[in-house]
Amino acid sequence: MYQIVKKEMLTPTICRMEVEAPRLAKAAAPGQFLIVIPEEKGERIPLTISDYDADKGTVTIVTQKIGASSEEIIALEPGQGFLSVVGPLGQASEFVKMPLEELRKQHYIFIAGGVGTAPVYPQAKWLHEHGVKVDVIIGSKTKDLLIYKKEMASVCDALHICTDDGSEGFHGMVTALLEKLVGEGRGYTQAVAIGPMIMMKFTTLTCKKLGLPVVVSLNTLMVDGTGMCGACRVTVGGQTRFACVDGPEFDGYEVDFDEAMRRQGQYRTEEKEALEHHECKIGRV
Amino acid sequence: MAERIPRVPVREQDPKVRAHNFEEVCYGYNAEEAKLEASRCLHCKNPHCVGACPVGIDIPGFIAQVAAGDFGAAAEVIAKDSSLPAVCGRVCPQETQCEGSCILGIKFEPVAIGKLERFVADWSHANPDQAPAAAVAPRNGRKVAVIGSGPAGLACASDLAKWGYDVTIFEALHKAGGVLEYGIPEFRLPKETVLKSEIEAVTALGVKIETDVIAGRTVTIDSLMDKEGFEAVFVGTGAGLPKFMGIPGENLCGVFSANEFLTRNNLMMAFREDYLTPIHAGKKVCVVGGGNVAMDAARTALRLGAEVHIVYRRTEAELPARREEVHHAVEEGIVFDMLTNPVEVLGDEKGWVRALKCIRMELGEPDESGRRSPVPIPGSEFEIPTETVIMALGTSPNPLVAKTTAGLETTRRGCLVADENGATTREGIFAGGDAVSGAATVILAMGAGRKAAKAIDEYLKAKA
Repeated sequence: MYQIVKKEMLTPTICRMEVEAPRLAKAAAPGQFLIVIPEEKGERIPLTISDYDADKGTVTIVTQKIGASSEEIIALEPGQGFLSVVGPLGQASEFVKMPLEELRKQHYIFIAGGVGTAPVYPQAKWLHEHGVKVDVIIGSKTKDLLIYKKEMASVCDALHICTDDGSEGFHGMVTALLEKLVGEGRGYTQAVAIGPMIMMKFTTLTCKKLGLPVVVSLNTLMVDGTGMCGACRVTVGGQTRFACVDGPEFDGYEVDFDEAMRRQGQYRTEEKEALEHHECKIGRV
Repeated sequence: MAERIPRVPVREQDPKVRAHNFEEVCYGYNAEEAKLEASRCLHCKNPHCVGACPVGIDIPGFIAQVAAGDFGAAAEVIAKDSSLPAVCGRVCPQETQCEGSCILGIKFEPVAIGKLERFVADWSHANPDQAPAAAVAPRNGRKVAVIGSGPAGLACASDLAKWGYDVTIFEALHKAGGVLEYGIPEFRLPKETVLKSEIEAVTALGVKIETDVIAGRTVTIDSLMDKEGFEAVFVGTGAGLPKFMGIPGENLCGVFSANEFLTRNNLMMAFREDYLTPIHAGKKVCVVGGGNVAMDAARTALRLGAEVHIVYRRTEAELPARREEVHHAVEEGIVFDMLTNPVEVLGDEKGWVRALKCIRMELGEPDESGRRSPVPIPGSEFEIPTETVIMALGTSPNPLVAKTTAGLETTRRGCLVADENGATTREGIFAGGDAVSGAATVILAMGAGRKAAKAIDEYLKAKA
């Protein structure tokens, strides 16, 4: 069992947990993800790694309640644990392998959407700690759904907030704020967008228009996460790639987002049934 | 010649009934049937069956004990050479190995060696107090790591543990067994009753299994050797990467690799209501391919309630699947569309599969495999309406270990380079099974695992 040492609700539907997984914590790098299984009958659920502490032997995960499986995760309490926590999976972010000298000439702009803000944190932190200029945009529907504001502020040069309803920060979408910031001549050289697929699609379109290279992190369907099942296949630059081993990060310009979004919804009917089934099971208790 | 006892038929679940459940197809022999079948063995002076067994089980030896009714002694004979008899008795291609070499088979039916092996293994799992404990040498304190808990890894680990080594198996998934767990369906290899007991027998030898550890990600082979004190490593990572055809429409919703489909159903138990993992079969499924994996995927989809077609570009005679599997699939009502090759997957406006566009084939000249190669008949394209397409075109080795271990060479096909004893291009690292040979059988992987165990033993003795 992988014990939960800490749990907090960041919003009524988003939960942060620190979980014991010593081997994983030692091996993790920015950009990678992991898979958890809440209990014996649960799914293998891919989640981004929000932080890792090799000394403590823990990893931090952030989950949003969207279906039966994420509900199972959120129902767990400190002292309880996961049947499995496995990883790190996927490739580390490209910048981890770049020469520092080269990297320090760059100015990164991260565009974080919703629960996708959590995996931006270790990336911004890594770059910030290595002396690279980093700005971060956090976007959400409304101010109550904003997460990681304080944490992010401590690991970037400038934090920009935006909400769809204007309840905090810039009033509008992340794409509009990005355009505005670029228009102000901030001198960004590389964008990284992590969030819902639709947000990454439109951020990529905006980046294309602005001539700004953009990396996206694809949260596709997965089973094993090691290249075995191919559920995560995405078309990148006309080629089929496996997000679990070739990604999760890809050049946004090359990704077929429409296909990726369709594929992500492949089990929606079955998932809805599972949730209903799950709810009536819970209802019986 | 005196009238012979005919091969004792094995009892099976009615095809009409089993097409709707995931319980085991074959019931196996009871003690009386096993003794009668065992009495058919001629006890040849030079038993060809032993030579045809990749792990060299003393087949006449164990059969003699079965005939005498001493099943514990029979188990003891098998245990000398095989750590997974309940598995092998079920999934080995006996018709091309032991039973294929049985002298009795020339004029009559060969002895049902596989069914006898299965009987003995099941008997010893059911009677643990009467089954003999395996001889284990005193611990020698030397650590060996085994990567992957499939047939190759389990066989290698068992031998090393018996010889006194401190063996840890690292498994990427959350359950041990490799392809036995994620690939072979419940109706051919029951997990709880058969596989679990078999793996418990391996851990009873002192082998430790650490699940959720991905070599090349969670740990590296170098970190195991340099920081964790493992003196040798056996890589038995199998051939887990699915192949696709590279035809248009393959990324439509409703196209799955057989690996995904089977992993969801076997490892993740999607067929059971109480498990959360979803699976999609729909009303009609086309499975592309003709191997054992294609049969497994087809028969799984059938049990999930679909009408299932096997789409194969050659004829029934060339199907690479075991005869028994094809026979069972036909009995259960799988439709075989032979000499048919997909050229495109067609989708609807929502991006879901609506049909498989195929072309008719005919057999031409024999290719390098000796099989007549299929040639498309121009202008013969047609559509098979279907909801789901499952690609079962074979698998190749996972490159993760090779990519993250310096000095470990691979072939053009991505297989690890190893000599006949499993020694790779790097000292102290051995490999075997599908990771070296490409996709093959459980028993060949076990044979390779045992050979490597011997080589590791020799290597470590020489090193000390």
